[in-house]
Amino acid sequence: MKKINKLMAMMAVVGMGVGAAVAGDANSIVVDGSTTVGPVAKAFAEYYMGKHQNVNITVSESGSGNGAKSLINAACDVATMSRPMKNSEKKAAQEAGVLAIENVVALDGLAVIVHPSNSRGNLTIEQIRDIYTGKITNWKELGGPDQKIVVISRDTNSGTYESFNTLVLKDAKLTGGAEYVGSGGAIRQRVLSTEAAIGYVGLAFTEGVKTLQVNGVAPTPETVIAKTYPIARPLFMYTNGRPKEGTALYDFVNLSKTAEGKRIIEDVGYVPVK
Amino acid sequence: MIINDISNSVAAGREGSSLLLSHRARRQQRLLGFLGSGFLLAVTSLSMFAVLFIFYFIARDALPFFQLQGFKQFFTSTHWYPSAATPEFGSLAIFVGSGLVTLGAALVAVPLGITAAVCLSDVLPFSVRQVVKPVIEILAAIPSVAYGFFALVVFAPLLQERGGHILQVAGWIIGAPVAVLVIVVVSDLLTDRMSTAHRPWARWALMAVLSAAAFWGLWKLGLSLGGISVTSGTNALNVSIILGIMALPTVVSVAEDAIQATGRELREGSYALGATRSETILRTILPAASSGIMAAVILGVMRAVGETMVVWMASGNAAQIPQPWYNMLQPVRTLTATIAGDMGEADQATGSSRFHVLFAMALCLLVFSFVCNLVSEWGVRRTRRKVGK
Repeated sequence: MKKINKLMAMMAVVGMGVGAAVAGDANSIVVDGSTTVGPVAKAFAEYYMGKHQNVNITVSESGSGNGAKSLINAACDVATMSRPMKNSEKKAAQEAGVLAIENVVALDGLAVIVHPSNSRGNLTIEQIRDIYTGKITNWKELGGPDQKIVVISRDTNSGTYESFNTLVLKDAKLTGGAEYVGSGGAIRQRVLSTEAAIGYVGLAFTEGVKTLQVNGVAPTPETVIAKTYPIARPLFMYTNGRPKEGTALYDFVNLSKTAEGKRIIEDVGYVPVK
Repeated sequence: MIINDISNSVAAGREGSSLLLSHRARRQQRLLGFLGSGFLLAVTSLSMFAVLFIFYFIARDALPFFQLQGFKQFFTSTHWYPSAATPEFGSLAIFVGSGLVTLGAALVAVPLGITAAVCLSDVLPFSVRQVVKPVIEILAAIPSVAYGFFALVVFAPLLQERGGHILQVAGWIIGAPVAVLVIVVVSDLLTDRMSTAHRPWARWALMAVLSAAAFWGLWKLGLSLGGISVTSGTNALNVSIILGIMALPTVVSVAEDAIQATGRELREGSYALGATRSETILRTILPAASSGIMAAVILGVMRAVGETMVVWMASGNAAQIPQPWYNMLQPVRTLTATIAGDMGEADQATGSSRFHVLFAMALCLLVFSFVCNLVSEWGVRRTRRKVGK
């Protein structure tokens, strides 16, 4: 008799557990894309999951290009991108039956960063372009010590690279000796440990490194909003079609318009959209 | 009871489990055997078909690149700009980068690996071997992304801050044993002709002179190495060392298998003829196991060529041929890192050349691995045949 009682008790507990899992609304949102917008998406996810226990949000950062591809292949619900979708990607989305809807989440300035011990304070856009195309190779040509400049760029997968290409390089080819890394955090880490390095990142990744002024303007939220910082760009979240009001997806994507969302964006380091 | 026994034996006779089988039972058994071996053959050929299909699908998607762009630019140009307005797909620098880090990895893994294999099979006592072999095999179990992370976050800044010192210490560690070996051998050779009375102190005098010269040479080498400043820690040297450590367990395992396969008889015969242990190892065992050791080296090289995460994180990914070509302190780009890094942008719809060039690189890697595998397989078989197993 005792054994049967124990068995029935176990079955009841298991049954209740299964019932609870089935009864709860298993809502899940998959976010993929830019490593620049990643910190914002992760902060949003943490905040949202804290308020709604039954929603599960996963955030990956494989690059803006990969994010667009995932959205087109229906592998994610939200594609975070630090550049607008290219025409070729929009065409591929159309062919796949995906209606890519753009949401501007925040504004970002591309900060040009160097090692804290670097003596430069300001660079013009032309000087940055010359460094990255290989015309200027040594810091002494810019009044610094005799050190070969270690040029670090994001790989071509990256939305940050595309923004940099459009705003600074103007499609000029990078020098052959430029190093490519896979994320904004990796650029920051390389610049922090290499004295002669120069790199470019979103505003969220400038902790610990020295940011240079570009054309005399420092990259701060104020200059980005005032449009005086010359290399600024919007950050996007793309969805397949407009999310229905009241769904978790709608709330997540429109978090950037609420006061709490704007506070989160400022915490991460970017500039909320008015 | 007795009735049970009788009915059991009659039943046994009817089932045909006695010595003489009926026609039907024999046919049944043959059919079952055929089905069983057919099933096993199907399962085995499944893995073979998987390899064939991989080859087919990669080749199918690589050929359009060569049809669109031809062979010349891909194999001879060093300009790798796949995302430019006029894209250029010159991969010579990338092939050189792959070759350079593989060469570096082989230089690290092969001497260490073969020495470790010889030690494990012939020199170390059994109790020590029981501890050392699993430790070496643990190196193979560490995930490659952990190696890559270590290379990027720990080793690269270390090379940048103390690169000169590390190279200096490495120079001493490699140079000192080599110098000692050379001095002893040379002084022995030179003093062989002398008479027995003079030989000992002549040998000591010669060794002293040669040691002083070697010490001076190593000191100078150490100073020049110490003066080298490493501008960028993510370079070919960083990746070569880490890849060498990753390839080490493969080389050690296969080389040790080859050395063990030579067998006890060979060793005992050599000792019986009066050879010392070093003579046995160097003159008898290693030549007998040479094809297997070559197979081990090739497998280690294959491991180094195919490694992606470590090179993508820590090699700098700069598509350039270092100046001069053996300068390991400059960043390089490998085939595997290019495929991994460019995958996201290379959409089938956007630019077909950009998509297919990655398959072309994958095909080159596949062909290289295939050839290496064939050569190592031939090597292992030759060792077995030589030793008569």
